[in-house]
Parts: sequence; C-alpha cells; structure tokens
Amino acid sequence: MTKAVPHPLETRQTPNSTPNRGRGFATFDEPGKTLLVDDEGYPDFVAIQQTEEFAALRRSALVFIFPATALFLTWYLTYVVASAYAHDLMSMKVVGVVNVGIVVGLLQFVSTIVLTLSYARYARRRLDPQASAVRGLAESVED
Amino acid sequence: MQANAPATSGNTTINITVFAVFVLITLYVVYRASSRNATASDYYAAGSSFTGPQNGIALSGDFLSAASFLGISGGIAVHGYDGFLYSVGWVVAWLMGLMLIAERLRNTGRFTLGDVLAFRMKQRPVRAAAANATLVISLFYMIAQMAGAGALMALLLDVHSRAGQAVVIAVVGVVMVLYVLLGGMKGTTWVQIIKAVLLLLCVGFMTVFLLGKFGFSLSAILETGARHSPLGADVLDPGSKYGGGALAKLDFVSLALSLVLGVTSLPHVLMRFYTVPNAREARRSVVWATMLMATFYLCTLVIGFGAMALVGSDTIAKAPGGENSAAPLLAFEIGGAVLLGVVAAVAFATILAVVAGLTLTASASFAHDVYANVLKHGNADPRSEIKVARLTAVVVGLLAIVGGIAASGQNVAFLVALALALAASANLPTILFSLFWKRFNTTGTLWSIYGGLSSSVVLIIFSPAMSGAPSSIFPGVDFHWFPLGNPGVVSIPLSFLCGWLGTMLSRSKADPVKQAEMEVRALTGLGSGLK
Repeated sequence: MTKAVPHPLETRQTPNSTPNRGRGFATFDEPGKTLLVDDEGYPDFVAIQQTEEFAALRRSALVFIFPATALFLTWYLTYVVASAYAHDLMSMKVVGVVNVGIVVGLLQFVSTIVLTLSYARYARRRLDPQASAVRGLAESVED
Repeated sequence: MQANAPATSGNTTINITVFAVFVLITLYVVYRASSRNATASDYYAAGSSFTGPQNGIALSGDFLSAASFLGISGGIAVHGYDGFLYSVGWVVAWLMGLMLIAERLRNTGRFTLGDVLAFRMKQRPVRAAAANATLVISLFYMIAQMAGAGALMALLLDVHSRAGQAVVIAVVGVVMVLYVLLGGMKGTTWVQIIKAVLLLLCVGFMTVFLLGKFGFSLSAILETGARHSPLGADVLDPGSKYGGGALAKLDFVSLALSLVLGVTSLPHVLMRFYTVPNAREARRSVVWATMLMATFYLCTLVIGFGAMALVGSDTIAKAPGGENSAAPLLAFEIGGAVLLGVVAAVAFATILAVVAGLTLTASASFAHDVYANVLKHGNADPRSEIKVARLTAVVVGLLAIVGGIAASGQNVAFLVALALALAASANLPTILFSLFWKRFNTTGTLWSIYGGLSSSVVLIIFSPAMSGAPSSIFPGVDFHWFPLGNPGVVSIPLSFLCGWLGTMLSRSKADPVKQAEMEVRALTGLGSGLK
C-alpha cells in the first residue's frame, strides 16, 4: 500500500501556518482547504496513511520496536533455557557464592531498565514530534 | 529470636486492627474520590484522569499481588535460585506492554479490549469473543486470588476451620464489590495506589534492614541463606524446583513463555491503559510500573534469601501456609508483631485490590461489549449500560466468593499460570495481528481468540494439574494425556497459527478504510479525541 495515490487534497501547507485553527470543534472548512479531512471534517485516514509524514513515523516506530522486541525476547528466553538445560554453566561461581545464573538474572533487570529508558527517550525525541506532524495534517478537526 | 515457630500468626488482634484501619481508610478515599461517578467513562476508565505516574503505581499494584509478594519471596526462601528465576519474567514482561501494546491500545480503544479487537472487524462476533476471553481469564485469576485469601487467613488470622475461612472469603468479596460499586475505576485505582505504596515501603524497609545486617553484601546473604537451607549450596544453583526430567524443564520454559507474553495481555492490565488521558501518559505509566516492579523484585531477592538465612527454609516450609509464610515470618523476626501486622494487612489489602480490579474489568467487558454492543447493537442507553455493569459486578463478586470457597484448600496455583497462558494465547496474538498485520480479518480474529482460549483450557483439563499426580485437583483419577502443567508452549504458537490460517482461508477481505483509520490512530491518536 505504499504506492502514492494522488489525492485531491495532497497539496497542503503546514497547519501551523494556517491562521485561526479550530479550537476543538469541527470547523466546516471550505473545500480546497489544506487539511486532510473529509466532507464532515473527520480526518481522511486513507489519505493520511499515504503521506510521507506518516510513512516516516511508521518506519521510525517499527525500526526500533521490532528489533528491540526480538532482542529482549531472545535474551530472556536464552536465560530461561540456559537455567533449565545448562545447569553447570549457570552454577559457575563469579564473586563469592554469586554464580553466573544470578549475575545473568540481575543483568535481565538491568537490560529491562536500559531498554525501557531508551525506548522512552526515543519515543519522546523521535516519535512524538513525528506523530504531532502527522496530527497536524488534519489537526483542526480534532474532536 | 529463634523461637518463631508458634508465632506464625503473630498477634491476631494487631493484624485485624491494621487491616480494619486499612479498609476504613480506603473506603473513605473511594467514597471521596468518586462523588462524581456518573458517566460510563468515569466508571470504566476513571474519566481518563489519572497521570502516568499514578497509573504506573496502580499497574505495579496489580502485580504486587499476594501471589507475588508472599509467593515469590517464599519461593526464593525455599527454592533459592529457581524462585528468583521465576521472578525475572514478571519484570521483563513489561517491555511487551511498553513497546507494543500500551500506547496503541490507548489510542484505539475506549473502555475494553473488545474496542480494540473489533475496531476494524465485524463488531458483534468479535466483541462477543473478546468478552468471552476477558470473562474466562478474569474469573480464573479471581478464583485463584480468593482461594489464596482463604489460605492467607489460616496463616495470618489464625482461622483454620473451613467455615471460618469461608466467612473471611465472603467478607473479602463483599468489601471488594463495595469498592467497585462505590468507586468504579477511580476508587479501585486509588486503592491500588495506596496499597502499592504501603507494600513498597514495607518491602523497602525490610530490604534495607537485611542489607545492613549483612554488611551490604549480596554474597553474604546468599551464603548465610544457603547454610540454613536443607539443600545447602545447591539452593543457589538452578534446578531445585524446575529441575528434574526433560518434561519438568520444558514445563518451566512453557511457564516462562506464558509469563513474558501474558502479563501485559491480562484484561485488567489492558484496561488500566484507559485510565490515562493519552498515549504519552500510557507510556509513562509503563515506565513507572517497570521501575517499581524491578525495584520490588530486587527487594524480593534480598527478602527471600534473608528469610532463608534468618528463619530457615525448613521452618518456613513447615509453618502453616508453607512457602507463603516466608515474608510474614521474616517480618516478625525483624519488627515483631507490629511489622507482622502491617505485612499481613498489606498482603490482604493486595488481594482485595486486585480482585476489585478484576471484578471491574469483567463487569465492563460484559456491559460494554456483550450488553451494549452484542445485545443492543451499539444503541444502549449509557445509563442502563452502567446499571448492567454494576449488576454484573455484583454477580461476578458472588461467583468469585463461591468459587473461592470451593477452591480454598485446593492447590490452585495453576490457575494463575492458566490465566497467564490464556492471556498470552487468546489476547496477545489477536492484539498484535490487528495492530500490525494489514490483511488480518474477522475470521482470523475469531480463530485466534477461540483457538487460543479453547486449546489452553482443553490442555489444562488433560494436564497433570487436574488429574494423575499427587498434587492434582483429582488425585484419585487419571485422565491426563498432556504432560505439561502449563499449556503456553503449545497454545501460544497455535493461536498465532489459527489467526494466520483463518485470515488466509477466509474469503472476506480486511476493510482497508478501517485499517487505515486504525493504523493512523494507533500511532498518532488522531481522531480518538485524545490530546
């Protein structure tokens, strides 16, 4: 669905430059207005889905989420499987009586916290601005 | 301070007093918080008025349940490493919620899981299926909690007769229904917040005390613990609980899989994401919940081994309540009858709050999905929808009381594992497919919900948890043919497969307009009315 279907409302300016944006009510803008909305002022989702801005947002989101999910699931399941099947490895002492298993278990906590904070940061810096840009394509019709 | 065996229940008067004070305070807060509880949004989602941090604390409260506080600290105190291994999954699982579920769910739904799953599908069959999954999971989870309340009673309030335990379960049930009826989601969330803060303070205090006692050396705690365990140094290595034959190991892998995929797909957790105003706050609430859970389970590690060191695994295993008594016994050891009273009351409060959340979820699902959308075709009057929700809460409360009394004294730990396996196999694949797979359609949705639901239930019925083993519900008969106690490793992939097959085999096409709306909305919140 990435082929660019020309949409009548495709040419537009950024809404921030549009004076008197709506204040939360459907503003029955005249046709030819720059927002991607349908006749009733509801966002035209099909058109939005095909914009550059939305494609960029989707790409930015998935490029982080899917690899990160694959990574943490693999890392966690490795720990679980190793604990079940690699008894001797996990029982090797590291410091005092603390063994590999406990260290890797604590590392699971560390990796979870690190990944959580990195995602929160990435979302705040990359995804949120991109999402507001997409919202801007139809924003003055927010109900 | 070694004469602890007879003091399991400490001072019953103190326990009851602390608990009664808690109930009174929370009922007051619930009453104050919910003076305005008129609309559906107030009742189901607290008017989406909570902040991320508040909801994050409440979310962690949903999991700092008696099963995890008492169960996991006890599991570590008796089984050492394997108890810790189990606790790790409860923390890691939040990454699923953070990256895949929370924000998208907040942006696409209003009150229930059915809102999201039926977004671009045929409304009635999908909502009915989503409600079925929610009701089954919530009821299983709830019965496990209520039965746990009975077991706790034996331990903490010195109530040992079956009739006495039944009365206590009934009291828990009535208070819980009161929370839900009076407070709706807002009241229930405040109860969770109060309880989670109390529990975290308690656990934090005990942890700092133990660390100080052992010179801030984890190794010293582990070593002293191991010396007081009948397993000796082996208790620090994998295998004391989940070791054994190939099947036992596979069973544990299955449990871990259900855990990491199921935790954030439990219906009462999903519903929490609606109590915040937008996706940003939903994300913040998961970040908070993750931090609190990580802290909590690190503390549990210290408390578990601390209990092993100071109380001794043998004493714990032989105490009434078994493993569950580790944290209370340790509390008594550290802070005497008063700290034990507080720990006991908090453990109770936990059951109360979790069960209230489950009741609310079940009643919302029935009223919003089944009554308003399936029976009334989406044209229900909101006032009567709320009436139905409240009525359902009462019925669900009664079912939980009856189920809890029937299950009390049984080994129902498998019900929690079953609820997790059900959530991971009926909810998660369906949520992921409908959010991320364009072609996914109504047939696929129904196949994956019912495929996951029925395979989990059938496999658990014919597992050793039901029959054929000394620890089964029916130890006398043997009709089991599925060798694992946890069905996750089979039912989760099966449900993904069903969703894919159903979609491919069906002739109906996904609705591209609704798909566009859902995808744009999920990522941006556009059109959801959220700011």
